[in-house]
Amino acid sequence: MPPAIEADGLVKRFGATTALAGASFSATEGTVLGVLGPNGAGKTTATRVLATLLAPDEGRGLVGGFDVVTEPHRVRTLIGLTGQYAGVDEALTGTENLVLIARLLGQRRAAAKMRAAELLAQFGLTDAAGRAARTYSGGMRRRLDLAASLVGRPRILFLDEPTTGLDPASRNELWDMVRGLTDDGVTVLLTTQYLEEADQLADDIVVIDRGTVVARGTPLDLKSRAGAAVLQMRPTQPEQLEAVRAVAAELAGAEPTVEQGTVSVPAADDALMPAVVRRLDDVGVSLAELTLRRATLDEVFLALTGHRAIEADPTDDLQESA
Amino acid sequence: MTLDRTAPARPAVTTDPGVPAPSRRVSPTQWASQSLTMAWRSIVQIKHNPSELLDLSIQPIMFVLLFTFVFGGAIGGSTDAYLQFSLGGLIAQNALFLTIYTATGLATDLQKGTFDRFRSLPIARSAPLSGRILGDVLRQLWSLVVLLAVGVLLGFRITTSPVAVLAAFGLLVAFTLAFSWTSVLLGVLARDPEKVQIYGFTVLFPLTFASNAFAPTETMPGWLQAWVSINPVTRMADALRGLLVGGPVAANAIATLLWGVAFAAVFGPLAVWALRTRT
Ligand SMILES: Nc1ncnc2c1ncn2[C@@H]1O[C@H](COP(=O)(O)OP(=O)(O)OP(=O)(O)O)[C@@H](O)[C@H]1O
Ligand SMILES: [Mg+2]
Repeated sequence: MPPAIEADGLVKRFGATTALAGASFSATEGTVLGVLGPNGAGKTTATRVLATLLAPDEGRGLVGGFDVVTEPHRVRTLIGLTGQYAGVDEALTGTENLVLIARLLGQRRAAAKMRAAELLAQFGLTDAAGRAARTYSGGMRRRLDLAASLVGRPRILFLDEPTTGLDPASRNELWDMVRGLTDDGVTVLLTTQYLEEADQLADDIVVIDRGTVVARGTPLDLKSRAGAAVLQMRPTQPEQLEAVRAVAAELAGAEPTVEQGTVSVPAADDALMPAVVRRLDDVGVSLAELTLRRATLDEVFLALTGHRAIEADPTDDLQESA
Repeated sequence: MTLDRTAPARPAVTTDPGVPAPSRRVSPTQWASQSLTMAWRSIVQIKHNPSELLDLSIQPIMFVLLFTFVFGGAIGGSTDAYLQFSLGGLIAQNALFLTIYTATGLATDLQKGTFDRFRSLPIARSAPLSGRILGDVLRQLWSLVVLLAVGVLLGFRITTSPVAVLAAFGLLVAFTLAFSWTSVLLGVLARDPEKVQIYGFTVLFPLTFASNAFAPTETMPGWLQAWVSINPVTRMADALRGLLVGGPVAANAIATLLWGVAFAAVFGPLAVWALRTRT
């Protein structure tokens, strides 16, 4: 079976900036492809190219077997898009927003209203159906946006950072929703900056950085390569930092980072922490601090690419939740 | 949140020969229906924010009052005579200024993700543009009614027939529909609703004031007369005067419509092109 989404050597330049530098990846029908990357990695650009909004400078995008450049209209009949920036009309009510899309898709008035009511119910927005989207909370707006992308029952769905700005409960609801869609055979391309999100939802993950794919695999693959968790150790005596580093390096089989008197190392499996504690005890090193925490995206990047993720731009997230 | 699992399964996206391929393009009737749906959206926006109609009324009313009572005596000899002359010009000028709404609305859609959503749908490329222009006709009609009503209250006398008044409505709508393509281009290029206002006024002030909307052409210096006499605002103002208070109509109406065709022919394709190449 051909992939539902296929990007083949996509290149996109904006003046001097190269947003995509030959990105290739594909998504199998009925699965979730997680596109993971830091700010400016090229996630939105890749999504926009595949959703026919932007023509690539080089390379090819196939969606549902159709070329996004030569047969954009056919691609559009198959896809739904929830962009990074909300696409709802804030002056319109929830119902009106969905009816607008349904009518544009050629549904009759009555059918459009029914579809709108159905989706509003699915997304828990029935009570807010008659209110202008302007009055919605960030999470409600995001849900309405998502509902709008589902009006035409797309077979292929693009979600660009769909959970940015959502509280944990809404995020979980959205995750459930995405799982339900793939159960129905929908293919989802989801971009995210969060390893955890990709881990929760994606069947396959591509990690992109500066416009190219730097790693790909199942969540399990990537976690075992990058370390889903990080073991952090601070010796009581700073002179023993080197001893701690050596033990960590040996047992974890990865190069630890030493920063501000603390040694951090990817913890690929749960046995690492007790093993480290035992060994350090044996060599007579005492620890002031020992924590096992989730790897940050930065650490995943460091492990996968050997360099840190590009400095995140905090204003981006602020705009999102505004 | 529950999911709709009862939805009929749609054919798989694979190139199964048994599955009809999705259509390749949009038919003219689909384009018309999509444009009307987009126009419906503009109307619903006004319905939810009726105070916008007040905003639409205040500026033209101020202009009528200002020109009639402050300048009218000086320019036209008496405020009464001046109103008979200037109302057609005020209507033409106001109609052009109103087209800026098309640009600000579009720039807002472009700035938010709304336009991306539209562009990801299997609809005509131009439907979001033509729909918006169509929806903005409502604003034109509203302002026209307000201006005529205020004019009549202040002593403006319509000396022609109801048919002529309807023709004035028709001419105004036809010209602004076509002229709005310049506004569409402005909205695409400016990207920012606030910049739209600044650029828009920069272009429209000279265009509308260097016309005979407020003062007769003969009173101006020769070099200006040359431009004023062909200015579309002048031609439309004269056509509206003819249709409301009598006078020559045909030549002016034809000139106005030709200007409209020219604006649409140049700026329509430019606007669509600017939107395509926009990154
Ligand atoms: N329209 C544009 N004009 C100029 N540069 C652009 C444009 N769109 C994107 N870029 C640049 O291309 C690069 C990739 O941007 P893109 O939005 O695809 O990243 P992203 O992975 O989606 O980032 P984020 O997580 O912040 O959303 C960035 O350096 C960005 O500044
Ligand atoms: Mg992005």
